[in-house]
Amino acid sequence: MGKLFAVVLVIIALASAYPIVTHMYVMPEDISTHGHQIDEQLSDTMAEAGISFLLAQFVLAFFVWTFAERKVGVKLKNFPGGAKVMVAAAFILVGTEVLALGVFGQRAWANVYFTPPRPDALQVQAQAGQFAFYFRYPGVDGRFGAIHPDKIDEGNQNYFGLDPANEIESRDDIVSAELAIPVNREIHMMMHAKDVGHSFYVRELRIQQDFVPGLDLSVHFTATKTGRFEIVCTQLCGLGHYNMKAYLNVMAQDDFEKWLKQKASEL
Amino acid sequence: MRTKQAFITGVAILAAITMTSAVPGGGTVSGKVTYEGTPAKQKPIDMSKEPSCAKQYATPPPTETVVTGPNNALENVVVYISTGAPDEPPPSQPAVFTQKGCRYIPHVLALQVNQPLQVLNEDQTSHNIHPLAKINREWNKSQPPGTPPIVDKYDKMEFIPVKCNVHPWMHGTFAVLKNSHYSISSADGGFSLPDLPPGKYTVTAYHESYGDQSQEVTIAGSETKSVNFVFKAKPY
Repeated sequence: MGKLFAVVLVIIALASAYPIVTHMYVMPEDISTHGHQIDEQLSDTMAEAGISFLLAQFVLAFFVWTFAERKVGVKLKNFPGGAKVMVAAAFILVGTEVLALGVFGQRAWANVYFTPPRPDALQVQAQAGQFAFYFRYPGVDGRFGAIHPDKIDEGNQNYFGLDPANEIESRDDIVSAELAIPVNREIHMMMHAKDVGHSFYVRELRIQQDFVPGLDLSVHFTATKTGRFEIVCTQLCGLGHYNMKAYLNVMAQDDFEKWLKQKASEL
Repeated sequence: MRTKQAFITGVAILAAITMTSAVPGGGTVSGKVTYEGTPAKQKPIDMSKEPSCAKQYATPPPTETVVTGPNNALENVVVYISTGAPDEPPPSQPAVFTQKGCRYIPHVLALQVNQPLQVLNEDQTSHNIHPLAKINREWNKSQPPGTPPIVDKYDKMEFIPVKCNVHPWMHGTFAVLKNSHYSISSADGGFSLPDLPPGKYTVTAYHESYGDQSQEVTIAGSETKSVNFVFKAKPY
């Protein structure tokens, strides 16, 4: 019975490694300049964790197989140095693994979070609220009008609480429910939440960033392929969370300019 | 003795109601609601997050907070008798508010105090209707597609902004009124309050963005009095 268990252990371990080793589930297309680093990091993590997992299962199976039946009259040997040494060894082994992942991963992380955007990056503001995203572009003057939460008037499409009656900078601000961006241009997206926590996630961009109420956060990225991609909220935010999405529309520069003009004419 | 008194009082109240409420062939107040100045532009609504609604429109529908027509006509203004007419018992047929294409139809729903209110969802998506009542009790209710109508009523007069907690662009108004003498201005700004018994009335016009204004009018017999309202429009 014990030997059968050891065999089943090995089968389960190999079967769970199979879909990963054969790349049965492929990652969605990467449309960003930094995405390959994230993908490499993910695949390194998977390889390291996968090898450790398989080794651990095989060692476990080996022990189960060897000691399946108690041999009468044979004295059992302890781990050299006893339990303390074993725990210390485990700590060092796992610690090294985690540390190694951190050291290799910091470059991918720093590229997104510790490097400032280029000064000529396109400024876009993203606002998350229950249960929709809205995006704002500064318009021809290149400046965003101030935000006044008391002026929010959603029925009149004033989602950000602008005050165009009194503030000239607000008058040309373009507000959109889709995030339209030009291809191959860096985007500097400033993010704030209107109510509770939300998250901005575009699989193809390899960007996932929470919105935190009260904090102004920002991310920057460059999309390298045109197309329409889904933006979803990945932070449970209330009853309409499942329905909170928007679209990322990556366009050629010309099309983007046309889109901006079209939006400006609706103001 | 007490029963008899109560009976007589009851009859007297009934008589008073029948005498003063709508009498066919009474006077009429009619007119037009217009604006002066520049009203805000009706902007197209982007419904892309809700494809089942977006696909119902060839071009995106415009916002409805200020709806204007030719010759400066102002639509969706509630014109009602605010003083001079007695409170009336509610009609039994429900006032129906429909969620269709991720919009509220009608945009402004007038109903009477304690009249049954029915909210329908004709969309393939869930809505969460949230009337922002301040005088009445505030509630919000989720309504998945295919569920029966939400039934409720309001027991105090109030103009209640209504929003959907799932689709931020959806906005409407409930006008809860004390009597049946009301009218909502049409696309040409016109309204008509018929069947008014002789008397002195205050006619009030309410617009969700521009507030309200009132005028005094005296009806003698079966005449038609003309009353016009002009609202000051603001571009922002």
